[in-house]
Amino acid sequence: MPKSFTVLDLLDLDLKDHNALNLTCKAGRKGLSKVITQPDINRPGLALSGFFDDFNPNRPQLFGNGETAYLRKLSEHSSWESIEEIFGRGIPCCIFTNSYLPEERFLHLAETHQVPVLLSDLNSSDFTVRIIRTLADVFAPQRTIHGVFVEVSGVGVLLLGDSGVGKSEAALELIERGHRLVCDDAVDIRCVSGNTLLGKPVNPTLGHHLEVRGIGIINVAQLFGVAAIQFQKEIEMIIELETWDQNKEYERLGTKDQSAAILGVSLPSMKIPVKPGRNIAILIETAVMNHRLKKMGFHSAQEFNQNVIQWLESENARTVYLRKTQENQFL
Amino acid sequence: MVEKDVTVKNRAGIHARPAGMIVTLANKFTSQIFIEKEDDKINAKSIMGLITLGVLCNTTIKLSAVGVDEVAAVEALAKLIDNRFEE
Repeated sequence: MPKSFTVLDLLDLDLKDHNALNLTCKAGRKGLSKVITQPDINRPGLALSGFFDDFNPNRPQLFGNGETAYLRKLSEHSSWESIEEIFGRGIPCCIFTNSYLPEERFLHLAETHQVPVLLSDLNSSDFTVRIIRTLADVFAPQRTIHGVFVEVSGVGVLLLGDSGVGKSEAALELIERGHRLVCDDAVDIRCVSGNTLLGKPVNPTLGHHLEVRGIGIINVAQLFGVAAIQFQKEIEMIIELETWDQNKEYERLGTKDQSAAILGVSLPSMKIPVKPGRNIAILIETAVMNHRLKKMGFHSAQEFNQNVIQWLESENARTVYLRKTQENQFL
Repeated sequence: MVEKDVTVKNRAGIHARPAGMIVTLANKFTSQIFIEKEDDKINAKSIMGLITLGVLCNTTIKLSAVGVDEVAAVEALAKLIDNRFEE
């Protein structure tokens, strides 16, 4: 979660197509620095009618068709007490859907209380779905991790390891082999809906660059084309690269699955030791394919082990049988 | 672990050249070295991370190091930043 998310930040969000909120500010610009503290909105229908029990002033207030119709009623009778009360409670902003521009008096009150009035051309239900999704994203637990994030055969793989171990070089070779780079070095990770990790560049404009020792900083999108990059991806597995240590035991069978947790979400993980002559990109590709097989229900190492056990059992039975027949012959 | 707050004073902030200098210096030490700006913490040995941190002039960043030469590492980096990257 960012330190503080203001109404101005909400207006500034660069959302596209089916995520766009199409918000414009019509009044109360002085209040744009107000902070939104909750990933939710409130329909102020009850508050407008004067009922303030359990009113939640920390949320943006959404005025849909019902609320605006009631506002018109209030303005006919020029009773503005409940509206003043709503403004006085310190709400972050009012949002009107269907591009409904409220009465002059309402805008004037918003101006005096420094509450931003925002308009959107969407209808209330579409707007609600989009803003809830947007705010959930903004308020999702977030972490920046040092690593390289690539998409290998459609699987998001986070490469971790000490600086200089060869993460960027492995990524470069993966790109060369037709896979995609999401970001290098600093990965912004968000946990959405409690079980999914999304990774993207910390800074989208600087995202698709790689630093390779000896060459410098290269622009992957320019060098390899737009097919070599990806803007955001779900993280599905973690591969940790480390310098080969003679004294360390590495996984040989792979019958046991390892996992690691980021932001409380557990992901399959593995350690790949790096030494000259080991082609890391191919190892990563193979690990990913193996991971996909596992997800489809085929576990290579366990399957192999099962076959070995079966074969040993049948061999066992054979020798026992043979011994018996031999014994019978001598009788 | 050793920590130290330093303020970046050169006008352009940490752009590519200063980032390169920091990373080169950081790589001379065996300790793990981090740079923190507000909530973001990155590895000081990685140039892209450092650049994407977006450190402007007059921003205070926190240097931290863990390892055998942690004291020397933080001192050396703080000195480099204090000297405005020899600009």
